[in-house]
Amino acid sequence: MDYYLQQLVNGICLGGMYALMSVGYSLVYSIMNFSNFAHGGVIMVGAYVGFFALTALKVPFWIAFLLCGLGSGLLAIIIERLVYSPLRKRHAPSLYFIISAMGASIFLENFVIATIDGTPRNYPTLFSNNITIGSVSLGLDSLLMIIVSAVSLLVLIFIIQKTKIGLAIRACSYNEKAGTLMGINASMVIFTVFLMGGVLAGFAGMLYGMRFIVKPTIGQVTNKSFVAAVFGGLGSLPGAILGSLLLGIMEIFVASINSNLRDLFVYALLILVLIFKPSGLMGKVVEDKA
Amino acid sequence: MSWYYIEGILIQSCYTLLIVLGLSILTGYTGMFSFGHAGFVCIGAYVSVICTMALGLPFWLALLIAGLTSMALGTALGKITLGLKGDYFCIATLGVGEAIRLIFNNLNISINVGGTPFVLDGAKGIASIPLKTTFPVALVIVVVFLTATALLMNSKHGRNMLAVREDELAAQMSGINTFRSKMLAMSMSCLFAGIAGGMMAHYFGYLQPKMFLMTKSTEYTIMVIFGGMGSITGSVLGTVLLCALPELLRAVGDWRLVFYGLAVIIIMIVRPKGLMGGKELRLGVLFRKIAGLFSGKNNPPPDQKPPAPEEVSA
Repeated sequence: MDYYLQQLVNGICLGGMYALMSVGYSLVYSIMNFSNFAHGGVIMVGAYVGFFALTALKVPFWIAFLLCGLGSGLLAIIIERLVYSPLRKRHAPSLYFIISAMGASIFLENFVIATIDGTPRNYPTLFSNNITIGSVSLGLDSLLMIIVSAVSLLVLIFIIQKTKIGLAIRACSYNEKAGTLMGINASMVIFTVFLMGGVLAGFAGMLYGMRFIVKPTIGQVTNKSFVAAVFGGLGSLPGAILGSLLLGIMEIFVASINSNLRDLFVYALLILVLIFKPSGLMGKVVEDKA
Repeated sequence: MSWYYIEGILIQSCYTLLIVLGLSILTGYTGMFSFGHAGFVCIGAYVSVICTMALGLPFWLALLIAGLTSMALGTALGKITLGLKGDYFCIATLGVGEAIRLIFNNLNISINVGGTPFVLDGAKGIASIPLKTTFPVALVIVVVFLTATALLMNSKHGRNMLAVREDELAAQMSGINTFRSKMLAMSMSCLFAGIAGGMMAHYFGYLQPKMFLMTKSTEYTIMVIFGGMGSITGSVLGTVLLCALPELLRAVGDWRLVFYGLAVIIIMIVRPKGLMGGKELRLGVLFRKIAGLFSGKNNPPPDQKPPAPEEVSA
C-alpha cells in the first residue's frame, strides 16, 4: 500500500509538470487553432536560464525561478511577434503557423547546441532533505514541484475565470471574430496568452531541470504534454490539467512495472484515445471538418 | 572526391527524394502535416531487412512488402484521425512515429536462418545487412516513382488534393470527397516512405532505431517547404540541394540546422511558396524562354500558366 502511495505522489509530481507545459499549449490552441510546436523550445530555454542563473550568477533559488519564468515568457512573446504575427496579419492558413512553429523549434534547439553545446548538465543540488509524511517519503524538491504547479495553475485559472482579460480570452476561444466585434483587442489577448504560457513553460523547464537534467533536446518532453492535452480534450484548459495529472500518474505506474515501456505507453494511450474518444476527457464535441 | 564518395551522396539523395516526394504529396499538395514520417521509413527499413535476411526473399519483393506494410499502417492511422477537425492528425503522426521507433528499440529477435544467425537487438539494431542499393537501382526506382507522382498530381485526384489544401470547406461544397483525397495522399506518402526505408537499410548495411528520430521527420518536411509546396520539381531541387549542401559545408557543422530553422521561418513569412513557388520546371517552357532570348523578343509565351496555388486570404 505504501509503495503505491509513494508512486502516486511521484506521479502527481510528474503530472503537475506536464500540466504546466500543456496549459500553455492548450491556451494557444484554443485561441489560434494551431499546435504551437515551438513550446518545447521555450521550455528548454527556461531550463537553461535557470541553470545559468544558479551556476554562473549564483543567485538564490527563488530568483532563479523568477528569471526562468521571465526569460521564457519574453521568448514566447518574441516568437509570437516575429514569427506568428506576420502570418496572422496575412490571415495565413494554420498549416503555415505549424510549419513556422516547427522552424522556430528547430532554430532554438540547434542554436543552443551551436552556442552552448549539446552535453547534458546537472543542476546543482538545491534540496537534499526529505520529509516523511505518514509512510510516504517526499523529497523537498518534489514537494516544491507540487506546490509550484498547484499555485501557478490556480493563479492561471483565477486569471482566466475572474479577470477582464480572462473573460476576453474565453470569448476569443469561442469565436475570435465575434469577440473582436464586441471590442476585444485580439492582439492583446494573444499577447497575454503567449506570455502566460511562456511563464509557465519557464517554470516547467526549471522543474524539469532540477528533477532530471538540462540538455538542448529536453524540449521533446513536450510531446508528452501534447498527448496529455489530447487526452484531456484538445483546447480545453481543465482538460489539459486533468489529462496531464492522469498521464503522469499512469506513466509512473507503468514505469514501476517496466521502465522501458513508459514512453511507449504514452503513445499507445494517444492512439487509444483517438480511436475511442477523440474529444478527450473534457473536450468539446469534435465535429466533422467543416 | 572519389566516385565512391559522390555515389554515396547520390544514393542518399535518391532515397531521400523518394521520402520527400511522398511528403510532397501529403504536405505540399494536400496540406497535411506529418511529424512522424521517420517512423514510416523505420517500419519500411526493418520490414525489408527482415524479409531479405530472415526470410531470404529477393530485394525487390522485400521493398514491395516494406512499402505495403508502411502503407497499411498509414492508412489505418489516416482512417482514425483524418475525419477529425483540428490538429489530431498532426499529433497522432508524432505519437505513431515515436512509438514505432520505441517498439524497435525494445524488440529483440534472434533466430537462425540456414546456419547464419539473424539478430535484431533492440537499440543496437541489425548489422551486416547485404548492400543491395546501388546507384543504378536507386535511380531507376526514383525515376519510376517520380513519374508516378507526376501522373498522379496531374490527374483528377491530384487536383482534388490541391483543392483540399486550399480550402477544405469549398472543396467539399464542390463535391469532392475530401476524406478520400486525404486518405489517398496519406497512404501514397507512406508507401513511398516504406520503400525508401528499405533502400536506406540496404545502402547503409546496418540499422538502429536512433536513425529515425523525430528530427529526421522535420528535416524531410523542410526539404518539401524549401523546394516549394505543390511542386514536384521543387521537391527534387530542395532535396538535392539540402542533401548535397551539408556534405559540401561540413565546416559549418552545428550551425546547419540553425540556418534550416531560420530559413523555414523566413520562407513562411516572405515566400511561403518556396523556391519553385508552386510552379513546375517544364522543359518546353525553358526551351521557349531560351529561344525567346535568342530571337531578341522577350515576350513570354501565352500558355504557361501552370496551377500556381495562391494562398487563401480569409
